[in-house]
Amino acid sequence: MKPISKRMEPIPASGIRKFFDLILSTPDVISLGVGEPDFVTPPHISDAGIKAIEEGYTSYTSNWGLIELRELISEALKHEYGVDYDPHGEILVTSGVSEALDILMRVLLDPGDEVIVIEPTYVSYKPCIRFAYGEPVVVPTESSNEFKPTVEDIEVKITDKTKALVLGYPNNPTGAIMAKKELEAIANLVNEYDLYVISDEIYSKLTYNGKHTCFSSLNGMQERTILLNGFSKSHAMTGWRIGYACGNREIIEAMMKVHQYTMLCAPVQSQLAACEALRNGEESCKKMVDEYNRRRRLMVAGLEEAGLECFNPRGAFYTFPSIKKSGLSSTVFAQRLFDEKKVAVVPGNIFGECGEGFVRCAYAVSPEDIVEAMNRIKEFMEELGV
Amino acid sequence: MTFIMDVLEILEKNARTPTDEIAKMVGRSVEEVEDLIKQLEEERVIHKYKTMIDWEKVDREYVYALIEININLSEGEGYDGVAKRIAKFPEVRSVRLVSGAYDLSVVVREKTLKDVAYFVADRIATIEAVQRTVTHFSLKMYKEDGEIVYQRDEGGRLAVSL
Repeated sequence: MKPISKRMEPIPASGIRKFFDLILSTPDVISLGVGEPDFVTPPHISDAGIKAIEEGYTSYTSNWGLIELRELISEALKHEYGVDYDPHGEILVTSGVSEALDILMRVLLDPGDEVIVIEPTYVSYKPCIRFAYGEPVVVPTESSNEFKPTVEDIEVKITDKTKALVLGYPNNPTGAIMAKKELEAIANLVNEYDLYVISDEIYSKLTYNGKHTCFSSLNGMQERTILLNGFSKSHAMTGWRIGYACGNREIIEAMMKVHQYTMLCAPVQSQLAACEALRNGEESCKKMVDEYNRRRRLMVAGLEEAGLECFNPRGAFYTFPSIKKSGLSSTVFAQRLFDEKKVAVVPGNIFGECGEGFVRCAYAVSPEDIVEAMNRIKEFMEELGV
Repeated sequence: MTFIMDVLEILEKNARTPTDEIAKMVGRSVEEVEDLIKQLEEERVIHKYKTMIDWEKVDREYVYALIEININLSEGEGYDGVAKRIAKFPEVRSVRLVSGAYDLSVVVREKTLKDVAYFVADRIATIEAVQRTVTHFSLKMYKEDGEIVYQRDEGGRLAVSL
């Protein structure tokens, strides 16, 4: 047999998969390893999807996505973040941010182009860059700065091949958010070096005690930014696979070309459900965010009591505590915590080397489970004798 | 205000949430939370803490009935008087003055169908101002006080995803 594409070689075979499979097949585990809401989609949104199917909305839509949805997205972005995208040509509806990310890399990169990724990072960015023949260039960050990059951190990694910078705030896995000032400093750098910014803002609604800054709202950034967002996290719609990309006409038009020959369109039922989410979903979204906020505080306090240091995450639904005190590596910590206490967490090193010594704990689980998991982690730490 | 709302929402969901847990969730001290709860109890914002029990599981069967009551105002007692009188019976679980085709909506709980029938005949229908009653026996409960009580499948979220 001839070998499959060499392009697949640098993509890690994910030894972590085995560990995850074990978790999936073990009953009665409290899993803080989730990466999606524990709420189901609010019923009024689900009903819009059901109604769509019942009324015969079972076919393709415009490759761009329903104009009705694009107009609603445009209005929402203007209203919430003060950014202005034309529903005709500057917004593309995709099957989740994941698809948008993939096709964006394909239209943006030529072989050898470098894309800067901030670590710890969401796991899809680097593979998507590689699938598109690009080179991910990693900027490691530190817990002392809440895993946020400084302008200097980024600048030293810029070469004449650098084409784009990926930002994902609020962040998976760390829960970090970036203040407007910090983003403005990055925007200056982006201007200076003529870069594109891929801003994955899927967790934008899950920002606590503050307001989310949309990167393209910053001075001069709209032209350089490809804004990715969707409904998975804000409206508990991960399984609907519905998101969107906004950017300048040239890029969005090019993305549409790839999209029309590969995905054709996002599922029409999901598009209509998303319309309902934008029209009437504000309240159900706010309720979920309030609930996450309480759980966030509960978990941060619990981790502290368990003796794990953790900066205060202000976005998404993750905490990223340091487990260095345990004397164990992230992988061993996760494995032993699972074996001995039946609590599942995600080892931080899978999000990048600088994630070693940390674990990701999601608080998109019930308060009862959070309390129980924190008690077990505390026991685990006590039994380690540290 | 969010502090008060947060505490009330937490307690409405689970009245037994320990104070220290509430304190963590709302980012206040245990003392502040205790003081607030005490104040809310005194002001009767928090009326009472109750428990939802599935009596069937311990083999105690109850019969629930919704009773529509029409009131004849010419008897001079008025809605308030009749409602308060009915509310005093321990068999009565709830009393509401409602708009529409009848005036009071009353939920009664008894041990048997017969008990409900006798209760309506002897205690309610005999009130002068009660003009007419219609009794609906409850066959199956699906949701009570905002809590879904039937077994349901909430979909299969993966235990791990990135």
